[in-house]
Amino acid sequence: MQENAEISTLLQQYLPALDSFNELFDLPGHIRPDWKIILSSLLNLPNNEIGTRSQHILRLLKENGVAYNVYDETNGQNRPWELDIIPQIITAEEWERTNAGLVQRAELLNLLLKDIYGPQTLIKEGILPQELIYRHPGFLRSCANIDLPNSQHLILYAADLARGADGQLWVISDRTQAPSGSGYALENRFAMSSVLPELFSNLQVKRLSPYFDSLQAALTSIAPHHSDSPRVVILTPGPDNETYFEHSYLAAYLGLTLVQGNDLMVKDNHVWLKTIDGLEKVDVILRRMDDIFCDPLELKTDSLLGTPGLLHVVRKGNVAIANPLGSSVVENAGLVPFLPAVAKHFFGNDLLIPSIATWWCGQKKERQYVIDHLQNLVVRRIFRRSKGHSTIDGSSLSSEEAASLIKEINANPYLYTGQEKINFSSSPTWVNGKVEAGHSLIRNFLVNHNGHFVAMPGGLTRSSQVPNRFIISSQRGDISKDTWVLSAAEEEEPVLKLQLKTDEPYLLPSKRSLPSHTAENLFWVGRYTERVIYNARLLRTVMKFILQKNSSPGSHSKDSKKMLLEALTRCTYTYPGFVEDEKLDVLTEKLDYPWKELTDILYNDHRNGSLSANLQYLKRAVYSVRNFWSTDTWRVLRQIEEDWDHAKRAHHQDHLQMINSIDALNTSMFAFLGMNRESVRREQGWNILDLGRKIEQVLYIISLLKNTFQNRQNAETDHHLLEAILESTQSLITYRYTYQDHLQLPLVLELLILDMNYPKSLAYLVHKIKRYISLLPKASKDQPMNEQERLMLEAYTSLKLAKGVILAKHESNGQYEVLADFLDKLYTLIAETSVLVSKTYFRHTVSQKQLFISNLL
Amino acid sequence: MKYSITHTTQYQYHEKVNLCHNLVILAPRNSHTQTCESFKINISPIPEILDEYEDFFGNKVCYFELEQEHEALTVTANSVVEKWKNPNWQEVNNTESWEMVRELLASSLGNYFEEKKFCAPTTITSNATDIQEYASLSFTEGRPLFHAANDLMQRIYKDFKYTPGFSTISTPLSAVLKERKGVCQDFAHLGIACIRAMGLAARYVSGYIETIPPKGKEKLVGTDASHAWFSVFIPNMGWVDFDPTNNQLAGDQHITIGWGRDYFDIIPLRGIIISGQPHELKVSVDVKRID
Repeated sequence: MQENAEISTLLQQYLPALDSFNELFDLPGHIRPDWKIILSSLLNLPNNEIGTRSQHILRLLKENGVAYNVYDETNGQNRPWELDIIPQIITAEEWERTNAGLVQRAELLNLLLKDIYGPQTLIKEGILPQELIYRHPGFLRSCANIDLPNSQHLILYAADLARGADGQLWVISDRTQAPSGSGYALENRFAMSSVLPELFSNLQVKRLSPYFDSLQAALTSIAPHHSDSPRVVILTPGPDNETYFEHSYLAAYLGLTLVQGNDLMVKDNHVWLKTIDGLEKVDVILRRMDDIFCDPLELKTDSLLGTPGLLHVVRKGNVAIANPLGSSVVENAGLVPFLPAVAKHFFGNDLLIPSIATWWCGQKKERQYVIDHLQNLVVRRIFRRSKGHSTIDGSSLSSEEAASLIKEINANPYLYTGQEKINFSSSPTWVNGKVEAGHSLIRNFLVNHNGHFVAMPGGLTRSSQVPNRFIISSQRGDISKDTWVLSAAEEEEPVLKLQLKTDEPYLLPSKRSLPSHTAENLFWVGRYTERVIYNARLLRTVMKFILQKNSSPGSHSKDSKKMLLEALTRCTYTYPGFVEDEKLDVLTEKLDYPWKELTDILYNDHRNGSLSANLQYLKRAVYSVRNFWSTDTWRVLRQIEEDWDHAKRAHHQDHLQMINSIDALNTSMFAFLGMNRESVRREQGWNILDLGRKIEQVLYIISLLKNTFQNRQNAETDHHLLEAILESTQSLITYRYTYQDHLQLPLVLELLILDMNYPKSLAYLVHKIKRYISLLPKASKDQPMNEQERLMLEAYTSLKLAKGVILAKHESNGQYEVLADFLDKLYTLIAETSVLVSKTYFRHTVSQKQLFISNLL
Repeated sequence: MKYSITHTTQYQYHEKVNLCHNLVILAPRNSHTQTCESFKINISPIPEILDEYEDFFGNKVCYFELEQEHEALTVTANSVVEKWKNPNWQEVNNTESWEMVRELLASSLGNYFEEKKFCAPTTITSNATDIQEYASLSFTEGRPLFHAANDLMQRIYKDFKYTPGFSTISTPLSAVLKERKGVCQDFAHLGIACIRAMGLAARYVSGYIETIPPKGKEKLVGTDASHAWFSVFIPNMGWVDFDPTNNQLAGDQHITIGWGRDYFDIIPLRGIIISGQPHELKVSVDVKRID
């Protein structure tokens, strides 16, 4: 009784729409049994902590870097993923029906695709209007009449379902291009079961992993020529794509290589992956890129994302793509009214799962109906546009907008449908600390394994708080729910696949080479990491100097300050900065009052060389190889991002606070480095990342020395500069400990350039670089030294032969010529090595060019 | 009448290229007005991969791949085509109004399958308002389709100035309509867009035309070029070819390579190289009577 009272308190704000199906109550005042279990589990959490757990879930997802990119929004990049603490429920009996219906629908669409790209019997017999296919932009004519292995045309299928007023699940739309969401569903389940294990204990919830096992098996089974361990890659358009998180997540979960179009190339009628070891044959492509972008030779000719010649390899049967190119033609709302007839044609029976009532405007009577009832219908294009919305709620339009839509429908009737609005069911959802009624859209996923479709027992549910909103999508910012398919108690779940089958010989999977593109990004992660760290330290050193020495007039502090500010501009490449300006008085003003410029070099995102800009570049590089990093690394990265944004927004007037924000950044950067040192395997990937770091460090130290010690200064300034150099390389303590002497140039140069035992010295760093270079793959095993190895030997030898006292000599005119020549030579050797590494191992960066004939009579 | 056609395309790159993928559609099709007696293609350097297949529209396509370092690419296509007498369309009595044909195509569930492949607008042949307005002047009420299409061809010839160099392959029809300038490809696309905007079937024909040298002058080798025109489906007549650039129905001097919905379905030669540098292109076409 007590519990019943608590439940009613919990549900005080649960006010379902009257004309919708109520998922929670089956009779007034009577809660459905499964829901009662969930609600009491929630109430039984210790200390009434639904709200706290809900926060935990969001934090966990955020830390794991779960994100959804949203287009056309200034803050759109990386919207954090939101998950409701209350799941969506599908009962065992209902799932049995739904499962059968979805499998049937997937089979139907598979047969439809096969017919459309083959004999086109359905059109010739008048079952489908020709316009419905031929006007659909997804009908790719160059993909017709290609034999696909085992007649499997549709490998991946997803359907959006909603419960109507009668409580039945209806299909709202189909996804056959490159269905997204299964990775998010998995991540949702992971978050729920980590934070709320109690909730699962009283109900039998079906596990999601069997679906992913089938997916893995399916991808292997479609490999051409029955390869035993085929190379499967996930093809992504890149980090700017809305679901890039999912691409990298699935790559990591399924153990596949994540690639972009220019990582692949076509040669000898096969597809190859460019790796730093050379080319590796690709057998299967899980395609997360729209098909028309995949081959600029035969499909969208101005696509820069694709791989020229890919379609021809498909034609020759040497690569399998899931879904095959052209599959989006059945992602077609106009097909809906014809599906019952198509089902009759293929199966001789009806559809098991109903679709929402749809009128295709390509038919006269239907078009008139849609125009006459626009207010009560949702207008949906027969294909999705990559940007902008393809679905419009008729009642949301002003009379002018409606008129213009009707004009558009009349001009291109074949491209439009009208769909019935159904009142999505009401289900409980946790918002703002209480339970309210929400409206759910459930996406289910199926995969075709050897001709049999397997559905994920679960899915991705997105829920909207706005009543009577008929269009729900992640693009519009609705929140997600974990989707629970309940199993009947007696059902036995299959055993986990973790155990090895002992009767089979266990083959270690062959090691995969690092894709060139990944290598390149890792290299830049290394370089930007050090660039951020060194820039931050130099900024801090200069700022501290200004704060401390500004109050001592008469001394040479002003000269030292000027030299340090100039060196800052040169080392960070933030010209004109403190080096030059058109007007002399502007420059003098900047040197006298440097804080405005310093703030800009710290926080201006849009200024090349600023700390903020370098952080952005680092983030981009890190994000491009996102399946490389551990969860802890992500947590640190999030922290860096948040802290820095916070510092930027705070507009510090207090200079000490600015310095504090740099300190915090530096500490986190070292946490990031430490995390990688701990968790990245010492393989090619690590070597390349560390190579990037070392190269950046060398170039930075050279530039710092060059830009401070050009000319001999007065003793005080020399001292200031030496102190600043040691401070900004964090070497002051080491210097004092090693030499126990006052600061003098020859010894500083000994330490920073020549000391083989000091990890920040050029000699130590160059030695490391030399080693990494020799570990990189070679064109042939017995090749003698390659060009970059020769350059590094030269650099290393010149360091070995140098002496501090000689380098520190100045000419009679006060110039440090020996030092300048030495540093210049070294800089050139390292910079050239860096270019050679890029050329040899990251070759793919060269862009593609179209050859066209354009002169016609 | 028999023709021998030599079509040579030369690319000169500004740097060495290691990989190049290409598609060639230069083999003349057989039709009721011509027979292709022979077709030979020569590629230099010799490609590592050379395949042949038929595309969606029945055109013969050559796919080839160059996998060796090269700085120049030459593709030479030689064909011998026997031209048959074209039917004299002017004498055919076409009385079916264009509206009747439109109805016939629209209401034909399962019929006119081949023709309806060419009804839908494409990106370059859209049914924008300016196209519809331009078309409607020829497609007056009740006019027989043949006469409407013929009128459209004559208007394009009169209204537009043939201006080589004005447009590129990606110039939209709106610009062509606005400037009233273009080349054969633009005029063919304009005709096709107009006919499709009226709910009818039209296709893009790629081919050659024999040029006659000015009186008293010798014909120079290699001065011909690829040509393009449009073709309209007219019941009882079939596909009728209109050449708006020359204001005539395609006749004995028109040699067809093949057809598609627009230029992009039947680009004579296209390819992709991996290179950051521009390239130079030289094309020469020679159409010679051999008897």
